[in-house]
Amino acid sequence: MDRSHAPEPAPGSVAGVEETAGVAEPLHRALGLTDEENEAITALLGREGNELETAMFAVMWSEHCSYKSSRVHLRRLPSEGPRVLVGPGENAGVIDAGDGLALAIRIESHNHPSAIEPYQGAATGVGGILRDIFTMGARPIALMDPLRFGPLEDPRSRWIFEGVVRGISGYGNSVGVPTVGGELVFDPTYTGNPLVNVLCLGILPIDRLVLSAASGVGNLAVLLGSRTGRDGIGGASVLASAGFEEGSAAKRPSVQVGDPFEEKRLIEACLELLQSGLVVGIQDLGAAGLTGATSETAGKGNVGMDVDIRSVHLREEGMEPFEIMTSESQERMLAIVTPADLDQVMEVCSRWEVRASVIGKVTGTSSLRVLDGWDGPVLADVPALALGEDRPLYHRPLAAPADLDARRELNALGALRAPGPGESEDDLKSMLMDTGPVWSQYDHQLFLNTVVGPGSDAVVLRLKGPGVNSVDSDPLGRAGSDRGLALSTDGNGRWCSVDPRVGTAWLVAESALNVACGGGEPVALVNCLNFGNPEHPEVMWQLSESIDGMAEACTALSIPVIGGNVSLYNESAGVDIDPTPVVAVLGLVPRLERRPPAVGLVEDQSIILLGARDESQGPGALDGSAWAARRGHRAGALVPVDYEAHAALLGLVAALAVDGLLGGLHDISDGGIALALAEMAVASGVGAAIGGVRDHAELWSEAPSRVLACTADPLGVLDRARAAGVPGLVLGSAGGTRIGVEGLLDLELDEAVGAWRSRLSG
Amino acid sequence: MIFEAMVEIRTRPGISDPEGATIESALPRLGFGEVSGVRVGKAIRLSVDAPDEAGARRRLASLCDALLANPVMEDVEITLMAD
Repeated sequence: MDRSHAPEPAPGSVAGVEETAGVAEPLHRALGLTDEENEAITALLGREGNELETAMFAVMWSEHCSYKSSRVHLRRLPSEGPRVLVGPGENAGVIDAGDGLALAIRIESHNHPSAIEPYQGAATGVGGILRDIFTMGARPIALMDPLRFGPLEDPRSRWIFEGVVRGISGYGNSVGVPTVGGELVFDPTYTGNPLVNVLCLGILPIDRLVLSAASGVGNLAVLLGSRTGRDGIGGASVLASAGFEEGSAAKRPSVQVGDPFEEKRLIEACLELLQSGLVVGIQDLGAAGLTGATSETAGKGNVGMDVDIRSVHLREEGMEPFEIMTSESQERMLAIVTPADLDQVMEVCSRWEVRASVIGKVTGTSSLRVLDGWDGPVLADVPALALGEDRPLYHRPLAAPADLDARRELNALGALRAPGPGESEDDLKSMLMDTGPVWSQYDHQLFLNTVVGPGSDAVVLRLKGPGVNSVDSDPLGRAGSDRGLALSTDGNGRWCSVDPRVGTAWLVAESALNVACGGGEPVALVNCLNFGNPEHPEVMWQLSESIDGMAEACTALSIPVIGGNVSLYNESAGVDIDPTPVVAVLGLVPRLERRPPAVGLVEDQSIILLGARDESQGPGALDGSAWAARRGHRAGALVPVDYEAHAALLGLVAALAVDGLLGGLHDISDGGIALALAEMAVASGVGAAIGGVRDHAELWSEAPSRVLACTADPLGVLDRARAAGVPGLVLGSAGGTRIGVEGLLDLELDEAVGAWRSRLSG
Repeated sequence: MIFEAMVEIRTRPGISDPEGATIESALPRLGFGEVSGVRVGKAIRLSVDAPDEAGARRRLASLCDALLANPVMEDVEITLMAD
């Protein structure tokens, strides 16, 4: 688990930083360090830290950079697997995709910056995740954005939603990396605190894999990219400091502005440097800026580094050393190069119009020193490892909610009456949402490798080097291969608020099943854990439970967790968001000869339910469901995942998805069978008539491990299901102008399409 | 009374301005090497019906807050021309 993007101060605190006039508060507290942490710093240094040193510790030991509240729990996640080349701890996780290719993947959050400045918050989130990927030597080939906002009826939520979508498309489309999908959820829990998560996937020849360690005494640290300005200086904490009284703190901006064209030049320059073997190590500058990049490269390489603050290209005059060392200006990288290669490095950078300057030297000590001029005074001198390795680790108190047992007893099936006439149709219409108006703003076909784009269960891409310029060596050649990859991001705050442990297990199961719907065999998972205030014991309990649920599901399904990000303090007006872990499962598609079946129906084909039915029949069938939540019911106990049955289903679905037997396929999740069927119908404009669904519980249950398939060869599919040990049942057939479930639901297709279309545009 | 107004929105000092920087980097090539400090903002013309100048300014200021500018990163200057 690594740091690398803008810190996430609590919403409101950035804009509302007060200028602390009094001098009563000690510097370290103003910077967000506790007294105990300050004592630890004094012990590490053998003396009190000065202002600059304290500021450097403050940013590196912040929750965001140090994971001090979550690390103790994250260790429980399984991170080993035969394909794993790089697990948690680097800029991105990397797996061996075979044929000499590797895939690098990372997901992170940009929640708080997006709440304050939606466009730039989202845009810089995209920029930051791209840098994490090309830092590994990988060319970014796909972006995905799981997004969660308050209801659209709330004008501020709409403003945030529209700004975020424009920011993602503005940056992603300009930088030339396709945004291939994500999620879009509206729920009141996110009203004051939207969740803007962003994922990037990159591809590289295995032999180009580079890590961020510096090595070789006498080697040089070269800062590449944008000039350094006063962007997001250490988040709000440093701004509030009374110790730095140069001008008015309120005038210092905390918003970072992205520049996708600079980023594009950086991508090309860095990949050329890496391909030519001109760098020893490389690291992007994210949260904690130069402090993070220099201390991490030096610390990982077990060397020291001298940094000359005067050699840093500045955007503004009169910047203080602490501002230069903690600035979060975008589009910057730190490369470690040998003196012999420096001229060539400068030549490559100049050709790509990327600014480059030597700002540091690797030393044989273990100290990170900040100098005012190469021969000038020493402004800071700290052990390089102290900023990272010696960061605090907290075992924060955790406590289950007092009413947990009582809430578990409150199952929705018992508490809520069965729907009356017309009610199910209204429920269904309220759940349908055409996300096309959002996806259509993203260019998802860049590189021309996108086989299945946004709006499906899983995104499917051809597995080949993009080959857009001579820098990329492509072991497969431009002709490509018949292999592919499938990717899905999934989160569900509703499930996880009912039961964070089982809810998270459901997410892992759903994400893997989505990948299977794209023909993929799951090989790795990354997560973005969006939770509330870790100082609330209930939030820490949610986080711990969620991690246990993820560990259990990933172990059972043999999916290693190769990276992640933790975003805490997601709260507004003192209320924590629903626990919202987001997982992304990456799968490999062994043969991609034809497009996997769409979420849709084909006239006259049979509709088959694959997967066990018992789970959707028990007393907990409706717990955690959208149907129950619409009735204000958010309690009960989620049905546990049967991993053996789920694994069998994954294998069957992945095989069926690629061999042409199916005309349509959709997993059953949010909104149960009802919404799955309706989404297939509205997407294809084909109605459906099914029966065999026993009651409203089975219709709306979101129990895991089930899919709806549409096929012209029902007997063939049932044979395959039987062979795989997966229950299958023909429910009915596609066709007509209505969506009908015998005895339970009857809705005109046109009416469903209308509701589906008007949700976002209305 | 109708007031014609010009609202000028500028990114606050210190905020990165990629558009301004791009313009500035092109200037030497065109023989304008002596020009620097380029910042790009936007100007919006509108009219507002208000009892007096102070009232017009108040309304425009809240309009800017609500829609036209983000005070976290932008400064606003309102110029009124009484009609």
